[in-house]
Amino acid sequence: MEYRQRRPSGVARVSSGMMDSLQRWLPKLVVAPTVLIIGIGIYGFMLWTAVLSFTDSSFLPSYNFVGLEQYAKLMESQRWLVASSNLALFGGLFIGICLLIGVVLAIFLDQRIRQEGAIRTIYLYPMALSMIVTGTVWRWILNPRQGLEKMMHDWGWTSFSFDWLVNPDFAIYTIVMAAVWQASGFVMALFLAGLRGVDSSIISAARVDGASLPVIYWKLILPSLRPVFFSSVMVLAHIAIKSFDLVMAMTSGGPGYSTDLPAVYMYATTFTRGQIGQGSASAMLMLGAILALLVPYLYSELREKRHD
Amino acid sequence: MKSLKRHFTALAMSACVLLPTSVQAGKVEVLHWWTSGGEARAAKALKQMMEDQGHTWKDFAVAGGGGEAAMTVLKSRAVSGNPPAAAQIKGLEIREWAELGFLTSLEGVADNQNWDQLIPPMISDVMKYEGQYVAVPVNVHRVNWLWVNPDVMDKVGVKVPTTLDEFFEVADKLKAEGYIPLAHGGQPWQDATVFDAVALAELGPEDYRKAFVEHDMDVINSKKMERVFAQFDKVMSYVDDNAAGRDWNTATGMVMEGEAAMQIMGDWAKAEFTAAGQTPGEDYLCAPAPGTSGDFTFNVDSFAMFSLSDEEDVKAQKDLARTILKPEFQTLFNQNKGSIPVRTDMDMGDFDSCAQASMDTFQSSSDDGGLVPSFSHGLATTSHIQGQIFDVVTNFANSDNPDPAKTTDQLASAIQSAM
Repeated sequence: MEYRQRRPSGVARVSSGMMDSLQRWLPKLVVAPTVLIIGIGIYGFMLWTAVLSFTDSSFLPSYNFVGLEQYAKLMESQRWLVASSNLALFGGLFIGICLLIGVVLAIFLDQRIRQEGAIRTIYLYPMALSMIVTGTVWRWILNPRQGLEKMMHDWGWTSFSFDWLVNPDFAIYTIVMAAVWQASGFVMALFLAGLRGVDSSIISAARVDGASLPVIYWKLILPSLRPVFFSSVMVLAHIAIKSFDLVMAMTSGGPGYSTDLPAVYMYATTFTRGQIGQGSASAMLMLGAILALLVPYLYSELREKRHD
Repeated sequence: MKSLKRHFTALAMSACVLLPTSVQAGKVEVLHWWTSGGEARAAKALKQMMEDQGHTWKDFAVAGGGGEAAMTVLKSRAVSGNPPAAAQIKGLEIREWAELGFLTSLEGVADNQNWDQLIPPMISDVMKYEGQYVAVPVNVHRVNWLWVNPDVMDKVGVKVPTTLDEFFEVADKLKAEGYIPLAHGGQPWQDATVFDAVALAELGPEDYRKAFVEHDMDVINSKKMERVFAQFDKVMSYVDDNAAGRDWNTATGMVMEGEAAMQIMGDWAKAEFTAAGQTPGEDYLCAPAPGTSGDFTFNVDSFAMFSLSDEEDVKAQKDLARTILKPEFQTLFNQNKGSIPVRTDMDMGDFDSCAQASMDTFQSSSDDGGLVPSFSHGLATTSHIQGQIFDVVTNFANSDNPDPAKTTDQLASAIQSAM
């Protein structure tokens, strides 16, 4: 303050006033386009989708309101039911297995092993691939005619059979495999960062008290990593619900529509079959599913933090 | 502050530059997805013919198989009042666009060139809205073809089957010799293509039309339809276990290599044989799908013409419509695509034996009522109902214990819900 008062000329004072107001407005100005784009591009269109889901829009939007008819049709659709139960199966297995593999790998890597950096990179690399690439590669590997099964047959193990990709009852599990392969390295990295942040004196103290290493991890370290669990589940859940590219690349929803996920269904009805109303209704249900999962979770997590 | 303002000005100016510039005279913009091989060559020929007439051709090719991406672009362009001159739209979708008032009438050109005489009424009906042409057909594909590898048939000592019963007999022998009787790709539209052929064989053209065009519940929910599903299941049992997700041209490749003996597929498959340097009648055979000889399931590609404001552009658009139906273009395009010309007055001398056979059946069936629109390719019904049928058929084809009776009920309620 003293420095400013010592400034002699009035010009400087005026310009400093302008600078002040610019300083106050600039952040708002800079953020404004982003807010506008997000406001229209996300929340505006969300609202529009909600409106359309109550109309009989077929291949162009119309505003002939039909109440909940689209939702009723959706509930009767066999394909939608398959898609939703696939999401539950896929989402549950994907999140569960990713967390398990991620935590175990992170704990192993945390044992001050040699070449940790190289190993960490190897596990993390799948994350750098796009889902389309992952899906295509896994499709080739799992295709019985050209992948794993053929290789085993060529090597002489002719009774070997692994046809999950073309078996309607098991194809959804191949999608889980590919997705887990892609994302578990990322979960590992998150947990490794968390583990490195744990105070080593706690571990030493527990050792002195005679606790074994598994007990230390199970009772002490992992509970302290709750925020990491929280962010992992967040990231994995949204990958699961929006999953579209992986399915399209691996099976295109097939055999039949046995690997359909809600996002695939939404795309097919809205864009292939010109049923925008129906597609919007399915999109709203997907949004509902995400909110139903995330809101209580966010609420409990954030509230507990405040208690701390 | 000044520099900020200058930045904004610059931004605004660059935005102006990005906006479309003034429209040129006699420009014809064509949305299509002929982006591969022979199709791309054909599109190039059309462009050349238009440029020879002094028009500017603006290519609006959007890749992506069935043209879903293209459709999305087209919708937004049409709604914002800036549609292309012509877009590759087919079947009942033409009517949907016309109902929304986007399409223009081609009556002048149609009268001039006498389209009603050139094009069979079954097909011109699809191109018309309220009695006026709003789209121009490009070609006719026959969907109910059976592609056969003659070497395999000779080795096993069987003949090309003409009925479904013969097909089952032949397929059993082929299977016993270690061949895959039927090459197929497990994708919904391919399942539907085979179902299409089986339904035509079992129902006959009249009931086929009742079921898939008129959606007559007496035919859809009947013992006959149960039998169609039962026969379809039997046909699909001759497909190898790894068919899921296979592309149709990979399946055609299996027939070419002699790994599989037959494939039920439309005549776009011929383009694959041609591309591999094979001759019909020697290296491969084309026959009507079992039980459908004399009948013809058609799949017609067409261009819908949009309402334009600029006089010159409208003229170019009319010239485009005229050019598409010219014999020169019809010959060139269809030789590349594997289909036959949509004009029935064409000299078929330059075409191969399969195309000639196709044209013969096309003409005879359009007289005796054996000509039916293919539901699996969007000519018979709306994309919504078509999608519903696809779901039921593909689910049945991939089911562990398929139940024809139950599936028939499902088909009926699926079609009902979409009507």
